[in-house]
Amino acid sequence: MSEHSTYTPGNSVEKWLDDRLPVVRFAKEHLMDFPTPKNLNYWWTFGAILVMCLGIQIVTGIILAMHYTPNVAMAFDSVEHIRRDVNGGRIIQAVHAVGASMFFVALYIHMFRGLYYGSYKAPREIIWILGVLIFILTVATAFMGYILPWGQMSFWGATVISNIFSAIPVVGENIKQLVLGGFAVGNPTLNRFFSLHYLLPFVIAAIVGLHIWALHVPGNNNPIGVEVKESRDTVAFHPYYTMKDLFAMVVFMIPFAWFVFFAPDILGHPDNYIMANSQVTPAHIVPEWYLLPFYTILRAIDFNVLFIDSKLGGVIAMGGALVMLLILPWLDTSKVRSGTFRPMFKWFYWLFAINFVALTYLGAQPAEGIYTVLAKVCTAYYFIYFLVVLPVLSRIETPKPLPTSISESVLGKAHA
Amino acid sequence: MIGAIDMFKTKFIIAAVAAMVGLTSVSAQAAEAGAPIERQNWSFAGIFGTYDENQLQRGFQVFREVCASCHGASLIAFRNLSEPGGPGFSEEQVKALAAEYEVEDPTAEGGRRPGIPADRWPSPFANDQEARDANGGSLPPDFSVLAKARGVTDPFPTWVFNYFTGYQEGGADYIHALLNGYHDEVPETAPEGFELAEGKYYNDYFPGHAIGMAPPLSDGLVTYEPGEDGVTVPETVEQYSTDVAAFMMWMAEPHLVSRKQTGFVVLLFLVLFAGLMYATKRKLWAGIEH
Amino acid sequence: MATQAEHSSTNRRDFLYVATGAVGAVGAAAVVWPLINQLNPDASTLALASIEFDVGAIPEGQSVTITWRGLPVFVRHRTAAEIEEARAVPLADLKDPQTDEERVKEGHEQWLVMIANCTHLGCIPVGESGDFDGWFCPCHGSHYDSAGRIRRGPAPANLVVPPYEFVSDTLIQIG
Repeated sequence: MSEHSTYTPGNSVEKWLDDRLPVVRFAKEHLMDFPTPKNLNYWWTFGAILVMCLGIQIVTGIILAMHYTPNVAMAFDSVEHIRRDVNGGRIIQAVHAVGASMFFVALYIHMFRGLYYGSYKAPREIIWILGVLIFILTVATAFMGYILPWGQMSFWGATVISNIFSAIPVVGENIKQLVLGGFAVGNPTLNRFFSLHYLLPFVIAAIVGLHIWALHVPGNNNPIGVEVKESRDTVAFHPYYTMKDLFAMVVFMIPFAWFVFFAPDILGHPDNYIMANSQVTPAHIVPEWYLLPFYTILRAIDFNVLFIDSKLGGVIAMGGALVMLLILPWLDTSKVRSGTFRPMFKWFYWLFAINFVALTYLGAQPAEGIYTVLAKVCTAYYFIYFLVVLPVLSRIETPKPLPTSISESVLGKAHA
Repeated sequence: MIGAIDMFKTKFIIAAVAAMVGLTSVSAQAAEAGAPIERQNWSFAGIFGTYDENQLQRGFQVFREVCASCHGASLIAFRNLSEPGGPGFSEEQVKALAAEYEVEDPTAEGGRRPGIPADRWPSPFANDQEARDANGGSLPPDFSVLAKARGVTDPFPTWVFNYFTGYQEGGADYIHALLNGYHDEVPETAPEGFELAEGKYYNDYFPGHAIGMAPPLSDGLVTYEPGEDGVTVPETVEQYSTDVAAFMMWMAEPHLVSRKQTGFVVLLFLVLFAGLMYATKRKLWAGIEH
Repeated sequence: MATQAEHSSTNRRDFLYVATGAVGAVGAAAVVWPLINQLNPDASTLALASIEFDVGAIPEGQSVTITWRGLPVFVRHRTAAEIEEARAVPLADLKDPQTDEERVKEGHEQWLVMIANCTHLGCIPVGESGDFDGWFCPCHGSHYDSAGRIRRGPAPANLVVPPYEFVSDTLIQIG
């Protein structure tokens, strides 16, 4: 967007700096004057909310690492030490733990917004793919973070998930041992997961930088999905969207604070208050809620397909669920971005959203009776949506007429 | 008009967040109990809940005189008993109490010395194996966080409401129920074909019903002094179990009171700040059709 | 200043912006403080900031080393000869002038309580040695007398007496 450059160095010092390292110019162009469609709704504030979530997790995480001990004999007690003795430790620890859940709430909303408004379509494919990578890395980070308190769920969650690697033919068992640093989850596992849990958020932050860089090439998508045509379609990012995003962040902090201060353990599992014990498995092993949809898909494959056994099949299905997201820009070829103008798409989209919630619910239920059948049905629809519904709709659907521009659209709304 | 649409969207976002979050409770389940566990009227439940000092002192007495002979509380230091938000013992009382116990200290003569307030509660057994040997093979769990390590699986829609009431006292409910759930002999409500193993006791609420712990409480077992407020309470299993469950909740969550107090200030601030932000945002956007 | 701002048209709007900013600043400060305060010593450390020690078991002419706030502390039961020797030294001979009385508690002159780190570079001096019947630091050769005062060598100051008091005849509380 250099052709829009709005920055003129005010004095000789600024000019000197600008000739050598144009950070002020960069900030002015990309954080302040960046032209942003003026019709973005509140679903568009979740990007900023996610940046805040990442920041909260990094700051509280660095603090927790100052007091935490990554050793199987001491990890559990050191987390309790944080809760009991460290100044403000109970709150900081709760912010980090609740923060993980709130991060995923925002992440899923952000993704479903992209899915509805077609934000993955050309020329924004790279933004979307980077976003999916961020999602996958965040899942990995959250999973490793959950191991650190070294409770029963930590231990058995790690055991169950690391067994996914053993599904890989021939080399699976070796890869599993490589990941765990032993034959089962133990001290080496805890230590390396702590190291990686500390590292990955910074990798995520770097990819977030790329994600925003890629966003600032074509600029934002918007609720009508019609590209910006002229300057009156946009407003400056600052102060208009900085203010709107900040407002949304504060609102987001209200349920966040509710959980931190009034129900810090309700999102967790009682069994994680029992120290890890390799001799006793808890009655129900349930991953954290944000992993449940993919956990359901993993469990849904309980049958062999040709030479692929059910275990490998489940792993393939779960990996495939993520691959669907990665190749989505080429599955949905409809020229119309926004779901608002796609009468048939809307129905399948909302069914997909409900289906996703159902997958989440089913992940927490025992794998028996009606639940296994429902899990298969929901898993099937997940894939059908991407592989059948979207490609077919792209060909047969007649979209509603699009407004010619953002300005026309907002004027029409105001006079309606 | 635009305001109304915004409002609708905002509500929608809140509802979506609530729905997503609401799902999580499905994972909050533990303790497969046979009979439903009744909720007790805990003073520390709910957003305004605080601990009752007299109850915590009584609960401590039950813990000390009954439970502590088999159960440890390794994360609790004597000093915790005089810290704000707890049973409210004085520092002198805690000092005297700590001195009644001997603790291990490799730097002391003979490896043992009288306790001081900074010491942790001494374990009744040297190690897990010794604890098992003394208890017919069962390991008496440590009490430090036990009240949070147990829970009750609430049916739908109760678990949804828990998110809005902040009810997290399932552990205390379970402990109370367990202590009142003993039967002298296997009752008719037992699962069909249930046979009690030697050295086990039948309990309605223990997973699998066969618990290794003999009924620890009986009416009149602990003699309560009248509280500071002169109130006397009955010396019954019901009362003992309520008191000790409350004390265990405090052990597991010693900063509950200050946490909730801070929470009120934070939430009040956020609501006020959100209001101001909204007004500012509206003013800013007033001249722009969007 | 506000009246010159580009967007301002009414005072009410300015007031709103200033109020929002001020409340935001208060909120930010309230968030930052706990993040810094967590670095301070935690409750378990503070619980050991003050310790009690019974000196009654130390025979005359002997000393013990105890730990206080992570530091070694000498507690010496001095002999009458040591006390006399310390009191006989003229202040003019001292590098860091301090009378023996200033280094002990009145009525408990036989007890000398000092942090056991040499004031030079922190080594632990060896007891009952050196040229002044006190302590000698083997690291860089500082000599302390029987009141723990620096007499010769590179150390600039006397061994530090921690804050302490006798809560009974033989029980001291340090810190």
